[in-house]
Amino acid sequence: MTLWWIIYKSLRQHAFSTLLTAFSIALAGGLLMSVWAVREQSHAAFTGMSGGFDAVLGARSAKLQLVLNAIFHLEESPGNLAWPDYLEIQANPNVALAVPIAMGDNYRGYRLVGTTTNFFTKAEYAPGKRCTPRAPGRIFDPAAREAVVGSLVAQKLGLKRGDVIHPFHGLQFDEEKEHSETYLIVGVLEPTNTPADRVIWIPLEGLQKMSGHDPQAASDVSAVLIQLKAGSAVAGQRLSLFYNKEGNRLTFAWPIGQIMAQLFGKIAWFDRVLELVAYLVALVATGSILASIYNSMNERRREIAILRALGAHRRTVFSSIILEAATIAALGMVIGFAFYSAIMTAVASVVRAQTGIVLDPLAFHAIMIWAPLGLIGLSALSGIVPAVKAYRTDVAENLAPIS
Amino acid sequence: MLAPNKMRVLEISNLQKSFLTPDRKRHDVVNVSDFFLEEHAHVALRGESGSGKTTFLNLIAGILKPDSGRVAVAGREMSALPEPERDRLRATAIGYIFQTFNLLQGYTCLENVLVGMSFGHGVDREKARRLLDRVGLRDHQNHYPRQLSTGQQQRVAVARALANQPKLVLADEPTGNLDSANAREVLALIRETCRENGAALLLVSHDREALGQFEQIEDFQKFNNNASNDPVVDHL
Repeated sequence: MTLWWIIYKSLRQHAFSTLLTAFSIALAGGLLMSVWAVREQSHAAFTGMSGGFDAVLGARSAKLQLVLNAIFHLEESPGNLAWPDYLEIQANPNVALAVPIAMGDNYRGYRLVGTTTNFFTKAEYAPGKRCTPRAPGRIFDPAAREAVVGSLVAQKLGLKRGDVIHPFHGLQFDEEKEHSETYLIVGVLEPTNTPADRVIWIPLEGLQKMSGHDPQAASDVSAVLIQLKAGSAVAGQRLSLFYNKEGNRLTFAWPIGQIMAQLFGKIAWFDRVLELVAYLVALVATGSILASIYNSMNERRREIAILRALGAHRRTVFSSIILEAATIAALGMVIGFAFYSAIMTAVASVVRAQTGIVLDPLAFHAIMIWAPLGLIGLSALSGIVPAVKAYRTDVAENLAPIS
Repeated sequence: MLAPNKMRVLEISNLQKSFLTPDRKRHDVVNVSDFFLEEHAHVALRGESGSGKTTFLNLIAGILKPDSGRVAVAGREMSALPEPERDRLRATAIGYIFQTFNLLQGYTCLENVLVGMSFGHGVDREKARRLLDRVGLRDHQNHYPRQLSTGQQQRVAVARALANQPKLVLADEPTGNLDSANAREVLALIRETCRENGAALLLVSHDREALGQFEQIEDFQKFNNNASNDPVVDHL
């Protein structure tokens, strides 16, 4: 009790430096936890996100480019594949579902993707979950100039059922490249927390035959999203062999999760740099506790001498300094969680806007346990140097009148 | 002469303490062959500045460890105890009043008394309030030392020294920083409260006015370095 009282009084007496050092710990802890959580969550989200498809068939290209373009709606399209290629893969006995997609236009920076109604009626982006328009909306009529808008696009551009949009040519928004056609929005999709949320979906034929597009390629598609029949991993390998090794026109990107994992493998060095920076910040923050307490030791010596004269043991003053350092870190970590929430909310908002993938700032990660414990432990260790100084304080010398 | 049936609260024999000077020479500061103090006694030690009075009190309080010799407080041999036990004995059996008060600046008057109690017999808020009331600080219990006059600060120190009902109160130039009116008041207060609490008082000072209030005044320089076995202080 006395020990905690001494610590409390000391923290209050040095309130400014306490808050300052707690703030630096908060920043370090918040940063460390955020770096970790963003990495974990984005890794899980991107490698686990396939929109319910097992593979993508597209023009000859890198598999990663194909997946990023067809599943995540990032990256440029590597080119088209002919309609017979689509029919061929659709007819393969190991393929449960083949959904063609075409892209090349945008509306105010958001991609227009042409597809068939199978994308909404047959494909499941998660078990038992399909891309469904909010009532009273509906999916488009394949023969009409109608569009279904992803929830994020609707939210960002303020689009709603009944609105009419003019598509723009290309994947980058350029006001001067407006197409003459207009599309009537007939539905806004329920949020799926997948890249589908940031796409405007129109009939495949509508995109293929948009004014200004090459009439020669009017039947081409950008990619085919493929769902293999259950237990057909061997079929996936065979198809991969067939398209990627034996053929040289097309690329069969399978399995999607593994291809995305390769992306994270490629940017692992960046993760490590971020991690290292976070560790260094943590080290500097705990160092600031050491500096703060150590610098105040001169003024503390008299107080320590008084406490010792009143009967405090050496180990009491030693422990009080160690625990004070740990308490500052604990206080900092409380604020650190607020920092973490703020950083995660901001990052999640950017990631969602850029990819449609949702990161959860409230999701639990093991780092939320060991980062606070680690920082508190490290801070307690940093308190050892001033604590030894306190332990060695010469009572008689420091009680003497100051001349 | 030693009065019969009186317990000695302080007994010192062959106490020696020396320090190394900056030029590496050993300087004997305290060399007291025999000294004792009986319960309830009030004794003033007279001595010039630098004569070793404070070192003597620090040796009694166990703040300094003697080079040799024996110090017993309330029947327990302070000099033979391990440091944690010395700390405990100091907290429970000795009250110490300093010239510069040595109050904890971040603590209120009440907290200064309570923190003294916390190392001794335990915190008793009511008792602490009564003590502050007794020294005339009823309305200043939640004031910080910087909000008090020097006289009031020394009163807090007196209350704190008596917080654990010590058998022995050591006062090191307690009026050294006070004007003469305050000095008289504080000194009277120290003596009264020691009497009320049944504590023996050993005060060191070079202030004639302060010393004049004591019936028993001893010259520190006479018994320091005194090799004889005769008690330097003989109580009434």
